[in-house]
Amino acid sequence: MERNLIENLMEAARKGFPSERFEELIGSENGHVFRIMEVCGTHTMSIARYGIRDILPSNVKLVSGPGCPVCVTCNGYIDAAVEIAHQKDVITATFGDMVKVPGSACSLAVARAEGCDIRVVYSPLDCLEIALENPGKRVVFLSVGFETTIPPIALMIINSRKAGISNISVLTGNKTLPAVLEMIVSEKDRLIDGFLYPGHISAITGTALYERIADKYGMPGVIAGFEPMDILQAIYLLLSNIIVGRNVAVNCYERVVKSEGNKKARNVMNQVFEQCDAHWRGIGKVTGSGLKLRQEFSDMDAWRVFNMKEIETLELSGCICGDIIMGRSMPGECDLFGKACTPENPAGPCMVSSEGSCAAYYRYRI
Amino acid sequence: MAGVYLKDKSTGNEMVTLAHGAGGVQSSELIHKLFIEKFSNSVIERMEDSAIVDLPNDGFHLAFTTDSFVVNPIFFKGGDIGKLAVCGTVNDLSCVGAVPRYLTMGFIIEEGFPISSLEKISESIAATAASCGVSIVAGDTKVVPSKAADGIFINSAGIGIIKNNIAISCSNATPGDIIIVSGGIGEHGAAILLARDDLGLQADIGSDCAPLNNMIHSVISISKIHTIRDITRGGLAAVLNEISGQSGVGMTILEDSIPLRKDVSAVCEILGLDPLNMACEGRVVLIVPPSSAIAVLGALRNHADGSGAQIIGEVTNGKQGRVSMVTSSGGTRVIFMPSGEQLPRIC
Repeated sequence: MERNLIENLMEAARKGFPSERFEELIGSENGHVFRIMEVCGTHTMSIARYGIRDILPSNVKLVSGPGCPVCVTCNGYIDAAVEIAHQKDVITATFGDMVKVPGSACSLAVARAEGCDIRVVYSPLDCLEIALENPGKRVVFLSVGFETTIPPIALMIINSRKAGISNISVLTGNKTLPAVLEMIVSEKDRLIDGFLYPGHISAITGTALYERIADKYGMPGVIAGFEPMDILQAIYLLLSNIIVGRNVAVNCYERVVKSEGNKKARNVMNQVFEQCDAHWRGIGKVTGSGLKLRQEFSDMDAWRVFNMKEIETLELSGCICGDIIMGRSMPGECDLFGKACTPENPAGPCMVSSEGSCAAYYRYRI
Repeated sequence: MAGVYLKDKSTGNEMVTLAHGAGGVQSSELIHKLFIEKFSNSVIERMEDSAIVDLPNDGFHLAFTTDSFVVNPIFFKGGDIGKLAVCGTVNDLSCVGAVPRYLTMGFIIEEGFPISSLEKISESIAATAASCGVSIVAGDTKVVPSKAADGIFINSAGIGIIKNNIAISCSNATPGDIIIVSGGIGEHGAAILLARDDLGLQADIGSDCAPLNNMIHSVISISKIHTIRDITRGGLAAVLNEISGQSGVGMTILEDSIPLRKDVSAVCEILGLDPLNMACEGRVVLIVPPSSAIAVLGALRNHADGSGAQIIGEVTNGKQGRVSMVTSSGGTRVIFMPSGEQLPRIC
């Protein structure tokens, strides 16, 4: 019985939402182009995977924001990771999506072909086992990702302390969303009509930030899950609110997201990390949007241990990724798009990861 | 086989050594006991420098192919590298409409490889070859120093005969043709991932690895077929892109029609992989004229390896080389050629 309920839920969630419902809703608003920004790489993927844009009317535009953690990781971080990977007795542990990302010179995939020991992990906790099996080597974990990934990383660090494991270092590059969302919404020219908020990040953070953005800036939003039904229902609700001028944040993913979020996960995060400034590729410095290890964990800080600095390199001339990530431009408006910049030879961050706006747009449109 | 094999100090297992690849007494002993005796046919037993085989006099073409096998792990649920080495070559021959007849097996073995494993692989090759009516008529054995190979690599080449009136090609897909897949996709890829053991996932998924020559022959004999292609690395996405590109046609497929086991789908979901890009080793795509589709489907389903066959879409006049899929939500997306390795996503 239980299994049938889950199967039924999956089937219902995978099915669509008739596009006629959208036509009925915005039929009289034909002149207006609705721009909704989604700020989550998984939403970008799901929207492309299920062909969501086809179901929406042509005057509803989905814009990808800075929600792809790989895309907003700077060249300098990759360069530091590659340099560390080349050092003696280092095992680099990384999430899969980072492997192919090019830095200013090469990627981890190239470093692996050159003989560096680079291992894809599915969970940060895998580092503990790798460290125990290789006592003579240093395991360096490439710590990238937003609030969804940060608690398990923090847990790995805490557990390594408890187990007395001393050969793990962490190259921190994590970022948090609140500051950059405020940056987008406080742009002088209002570029978007509403936000599609990330379901899993919200499961950790709770919904207070989105309510504040709605109140302070008059920007409506919906928190959405990742099945087609989740996304379409959320967009429908958001459009309804935009049309009547109801500037609120609505939780459409109540089966996973609670308004208070996951306090336990946030406590674990705060135990290990503290706020700092961070560079977002394409955007620049965003105050208070990064995380670094607290003083008591500084012995695990790979930036310190390997004496590395994140050195910024310039993007290719003509690259407008910064404008695209902030919702000011669409991928097709970039001179490099599809010519000097393709998924196989990405020039800028938006094309680098398959979740980036330009990569998703390229694969969908061309 | 006493006296010929050295034993691994830690496990006590007999192991392959550089002497086995040196062409002398040890090589001869290994080849006779593990290969000639097991592959057992009048051609290979002659032990000449080349196999001399009989072929029909006229009215046919020769099909000739080669493939190499480096799978890790070597043994997995549903098969092993030996079974793959036979199936891969037999299926490549069958997909051009040839009846596979003779195979070769070239082994590159890492020093220290257990003899017991080599024996199992050899038995698997012999059994698979016997099950699909092909003979292993020539082979080669090399042994390389420790770490110069990953356990064992196998190359297999094969020849088959195609009657002159058969013309099956990747360039023959025509708008209006029906696209059929012979069974559930991604099972081999999922089985290999699970066999790697470091994922903490458990599922009862076995490789779909199988020789398909009899199934394909039964289909060709009842119906005109435009294209057959076996789905291997790169998955269904790669094959459909290859065919649509070579034939200069478009394709539209329906996500809901693609046969996919729930557990394979679940493994892909958890790891962030696309089932359309997952490897198969016992599945084919067939492109057939519309009038033949039902008969072909019936003929496939009469075979154990084709029992899950489904019509998944059609060839269109759409943009050349473009494969579109109607998703289960009613949207459309383009299925691209997979690029690079399949890697799991952060979150």
